[in-house]
This record gives sequence, structure tokens and C-alpha cells, in this order.
Amino acid sequence: MLSQYLSSIDGVAAYPIFSLLIFVPFFIAVTIWIFKLDKKYLNHMSELPLHDSPEQSELRN
Amino acid sequence: MEVQKFSYDNRIVRDFTIASVVFAIVGMLVGIIVASQIFTPELNAGIQYITFGRIRPLHTNAVIFAFVGNAIFAGVYYSMQRVLKARMFSDLLSRIHFWGWQLIILSAAITLPLGITTSKEYAELEWPIDIAITLIWVVFAINMFGTIIKRREKHIYVAVWFYIATIVTVAMLHIVNSLELPVSFLKSYSLYAGVQDALVQWWYGHNAVAFFLTTPYLGLMYYFLPKAANRPVYSYRLSIVHFWALIFIYIWAGPHHLLYTALPDWAQSLGTVFSIMLIAPSWGGMINGLLTLRGAWDKVREDVVLKFMVVAVTAYGMATFEGPMLSLKNFNALMHYTDWIVSHVHVGALGWNGFLTFGMFYYLVPKLYRTELYSKKMANFHFWIGTLGIVFYVSSMYWAGLTQTLMWKQFTPMGTLQYPNFLETTLQIIPMHMIRAFGGLLYFTGVIVMAYNLVKTAKQGSFLANEETEAPALQKAELSSKETFHKMLEKRPIQFALLAFVAVAIGGMIELVPTFMIKSNIPTIASVRPYTPLELQGRDIYIREGCNNCHSQMVRPFRSETERFGEYSKAGEYVYDHPFLWGSRRTGPDLHRVGGKYPNLWHYFHMENPRSMSPGSIMPPYPWLLTQDIDTASTAAKIRTMQALGVPYPKGFDVTANEILQVQADSIAADLQRNKVPAESNKEIIALIGYLQRLGTDIKVKQ
Repeated sequence: MLSQYLSSIDGVAAYPIFSLLIFVPFFIAVTIWIFKLDKKYLNHMSELPLHDSPEQSELRN
Repeated sequence: MEVQKFSYDNRIVRDFTIASVVFAIVGMLVGIIVASQIFTPELNAGIQYITFGRIRPLHTNAVIFAFVGNAIFAGVYYSMQRVLKARMFSDLLSRIHFWGWQLIILSAAITLPLGITTSKEYAELEWPIDIAITLIWVVFAINMFGTIIKRREKHIYVAVWFYIATIVTVAMLHIVNSLELPVSFLKSYSLYAGVQDALVQWWYGHNAVAFFLTTPYLGLMYYFLPKAANRPVYSYRLSIVHFWALIFIYIWAGPHHLLYTALPDWAQSLGTVFSIMLIAPSWGGMINGLLTLRGAWDKVREDVVLKFMVVAVTAYGMATFEGPMLSLKNFNALMHYTDWIVSHVHVGALGWNGFLTFGMFYYLVPKLYRTELYSKKMANFHFWIGTLGIVFYVSSMYWAGLTQTLMWKQFTPMGTLQYPNFLETTLQIIPMHMIRAFGGLLYFTGVIVMAYNLVKTAKQGSFLANEETEAPALQKAELSSKETFHKMLEKRPIQFALLAFVAVAIGGMIELVPTFMIKSNIPTIASVRPYTPLELQGRDIYIREGCNNCHSQMVRPFRSETERFGEYSKAGEYVYDHPFLWGSRRTGPDLHRVGGKYPNLWHYFHMENPRSMSPGSIMPPYPWLLTQDIDTASTAAKIRTMQALGVPYPKGFDVTANEILQVQADSIAADLQRNKVPAESNKEIIALIGYLQRLGTDIKVKQ
């Protein structure tokens, strides 16, 4: 009975295809991005929270 | 390069911290009270305002929006200023945000015990408060984007991305789920009905967990964990993948709250598939957090902040593994409606949110007050008693859930239910509920110790309201063509927010749009009629008393359920249910087919004192329903609102509604009087009986 809903929606077959079309390029794009990021940038970013106040070093035991 | 002097606003961080600790105490205390009411219903002292159905939402709202909410804001305001190297955009907006949020909490604390509720879980607050939340959220957003725009750091750190996603998505979820048509100043009906309302609600409910309890906390994790460990995050690359994958996938998973219900199958499957996929980004995030401590695990032994954070991140990993497992239809069939779910959410709430917050506060408060933590010993005590509390809580609820579901589904060799009396399955797990309350008490004790420790810390230090600092000014756009798209993107916060919005909106749209199309495609059941005026009033009493906190109205298509409750529920039966009342936990039996099951007399005595009809029942008595009058003054407005929502009452029905109500009420009262009960037809109990007797009878074929 529940499958009636499925088939009664116009063009329901488009949904899984649409999802796939969004997903695959999206994740490929993200993967390409992160491998193209240069080391200097990555180091800078990951060090960011550690250098956010001038007297940083004395605070942490 | 010009070096600019400026200061960080620490006052707002301190204020949110204080509010969070205060509401942690309040919210968890209410939690212990509701947990105890399950095995001692008398604890409400006969007062309607503190009965389970009304204060259970108070507990969830207080913990989620008051304790966790304030903690988020404290952490966000602290970390954002520092990674962006800028003071908050506007001190005034910060103040408005702080006081506005506390006023919202206050109004929730007043309205929920009064029974002013929409009944939608974690969105119970009525429409004027919904509007206030929206306004305050906009204030927060302006303040945040303003700060991002005037920042001195070119690149936006990943923690802030999580904050941006939070702001954007919570706004979308809150607005879509809160669309309701006001009946009066403090009463409204959901714009959606039945299946659609359920889908929107759990799209909201699931993503409130995602974007209120998870993404801001991941942002906090990406800031405070490296900070506390004094080493950079394990992999910044992984954090980028973590972010995009999480916000992209999370939004699709909502329908897994509705497996085996009358929700269309394709939507259920969508929820399952995306829930499984969600393991990847969730565990990626957990691994990124834990591996940040690589080579520094010795610090975890000594540093209480790290101890809390390690348990928090581990709890996050556990909860995000369990979530997808619960989304598998076979496991869900067993565990839905049981205490397993209660356990699952508390792994997240107590472990992930609670412990990360505590770790953050133990780090923050000494910093804000320029001193050391007052007592490391006490903090360690808090850590251990809190952990022990979680263990007691979680294991007892797992056991209770497993026990109850197996009892529900047990058949005798003859093919009949082994435990046909639902109450038997509830009473069986009462000891587990006592252990759960004890676990909660342990956890609560830890919080009290923390509060004392933090106050002492504050007393011995001196508060630095404005922390002076300096940073070079941001050079205007020296964009080179070599920059990757993403690097360009995260320098442009508005475009970034838009893309994040697109990522979350796609999932929401694909999920919701077809369901709205169902309206025209749904197989209408000819015999399903709108509620009579009396039944409508009774339904609103059901909502006011929060009956849906313990009773579901959704019989799933299993033999164990159809044997026990009757014919399974169909989507077409709910088309006039504004809002839906499917419930999420069966502390008591399902009520969808309760209509006609018992005589009026039974309901009368049962509501007056449940134990007179069901010996040993843990349902609280509702004697006030026997003395309070039905609010007939609201009938006309309610009918008009329903008509506006598309419920096919005949034209001019609002005028005659009260007469029709009176006729039906008189007939129920007459029936009771025949049985020697001095019932008056204008009392609330009559309306409630009218509603209960109607439930599920539209398509009843056999008695």
C-alpha cells in the first residue's frame, strides 16, 4: 500500500537520480579541493587557535 | 603593516557561562524529578502544573536551549573573537542576545507548566515565543556576521564554519517547523497535518540535534580541544571534509524517526540510507578530535579539561554509531518507542554536550578570572561521579528498553500475546527507572560540585572584562589567481553562508516537497471525518496535559502491535490532525485505537485515579479534569482556524459549534449519570472522553 504513494508522485524516478547527480560531483569536488590545498595554508589554519592571544604561552601551565 | 590595538569582550562570555551553569542545575533537577515521577507519580503532589506531561518538556527545553544553548553562546563568543582577531561586532547586540535569550527561557518556564504547548517535541513553545526566538536569532546572526566582516584574520577557521552552518540551518528549521496559525494569543494549530506534520517535525527534531547539539559543539571542539591540548588539530584537511559532508548529509536523515509509521516508504528509506552514510563524517570528526591528542595522551591523565573532552568526543562517537544502527528498520522495529531511545539521547546529552561543556568551563573560567582552577581535586571528583552517573543512566535504560520490547513482542506457543496487559511490561522495568534516576542524581551531584568550584575560582581571581590585545589590520583583498576556490570562498563569509544554506536546503527540499504533494495524492479515506467541536476541545486538553509524552498514536504494522492495539494506522486517518500526535515513547500503551475500547465510565474513573482501573498504574491522576470547565469561549475561534487550515467544516459551523458540542457533551454526561456518576456536561473530562472515544474509530470495521 505504501508503494502507492511512491508511484503516485509525478516523476518520482527523478529523485534518486537527482540525489546521485548532486552527491557524486559534490564529493569529488571536495576531495579535489582538499588535496589541492597547500601545506603552508593548512599549517597556518591549524595553528590559528593556538596563537590568538599575545600572552598565550604563559597561560597554559 | 599597521598593528591595531583592541580588546576582546569577556563579559558576554562570562554572562552566558553563568546562565549555562544555573540552567544546568535547574534543567537537570527537573530531569531528576520527572525521572522519579515515573516510579512515584505522587511526586506531583496532585498539582497539575508539575505533572509529568507538562514538566517533561520543561526538562528537555531547559537542558537543550537553556543549559546547552547558553554554553554554545559562551563558547562561540569566546572562540570567535579570538580566531577572527576582532571584538564582537556590537556590544549592544551581544547584550540584547543575552537578555533576549534568558527572557525566552523564562517564558518557556512559565508557559510549559501552564500547559501552553504546541506538543511538537523540542518545539513546544507557542507562537509568540517562536517569533521572539526568531528575532533573537537574527540579532545573534547580525552580531556574528558583523564580527566576521570586521575580522583581522584573513582566513576563517573551521570552528567558525560550523557556527555559520548552525546559524543558517537553525533559522531554517525553526521557521519551517514553527509555521502555525494562531487561534488566540497563546494557542495555535500547526500549518501541517498528520503525516506532513510528522515529517516536518522530525526533519526539525533530527536536525535540531544536528545543528543545535552537534555542529556548534564540533566548532567548540575544533577550538577548545587544540587549545586545551596546546597542539593543532590532527588534520585540517579532514576537518574540511568533516564539515561539508556532515552538513550535507545530516539534513536528509530525519525520516528515520518515523520508520514503520504511516510515512511513505521512499521517505523512510531515504532516512535510513543517509543515516548510514552519516557514520562517515561523524566518525571522521571524532577521529580528528581524538588524534589531536596523539603523542599527548600523558596529558590526559593530569589535565581534567582534557579528560572531560576525551569522554565527550568518545560519547559523540558512540551516539553517532548508535544513531545509524537505530535507523536500520529491523533494529528500529525493536527499539523504537522504548527506553533505548532515552538512553541513546542521553549518551549524546550527558556525554557529548555535557562533558564538552564542563571541559570548556573548567578551561574558560580560570582564563576569564586570571587565575588557576580553585580545586583540581573537585574537578576530578566531578569527572568521575559524572562518568559513573552516565554509566548508571545509560546501562539501566538500555536494559529497560530491551526488556520491554521483548515483552511486547513475546507470543505464547498458542499464538497469543504472552504479556497482553501493557502495564505488566511497564512495571517490569520500574527498578531500571530507579537506577536511571540514581544515575541522574550522581551526574547532578557532579554539576553542583562544578558550580561550587567555579564560583570559588571566580572569587579567588579578578575578572578581566576587556582583554587587551593587538593584531595587524587585514589587508584588503590581495587575491591571486592561484587561490583555490575553497580558499576564496572561506574568505567571503556571506557567499560561504549561502553555499552552506544550499547544502542543507537541498536535502530538506527533496525530503519535504514530495510529502506536500501527497496532499493531493493521499488515498483519502471516505469515512474519516473532521473532529466534532467537543472532540477538538478534548484533543486540546490532551495536548495541554502532554499525554503524547507517554502515549503514542501510531500502531505499526507488526503482528505484536495489531494483536495488542488493533488495526495498524493509515496515513489517511490523520488528515485533520493539526498537529499530529504520534508520540515517540510508549511509557503507556498506544492510544490510536482506544476509541470504543472502554466505556465512558472507565475513562472517567481512570482519569480521576488510574490505579482504580489499572492497579499499579504509574499514570498520574488527573482529578482537575473533573472540576475544570471546558473552555467553550474558544470553540468558534478554533473552528475558524481549522477551516482556514483546510479542514472541511461547513460554512457558518463556528457559530453553531457550541450547540453541537453541548449535545454531544450532554449525551456523554447522561451515559455517566446512568451509571450513577454525578458528572456535569461542562467539565473537561467530558471533552477528553469524547476525544478518546473517537480515536481510531473512523475506519473501524470490527468491534
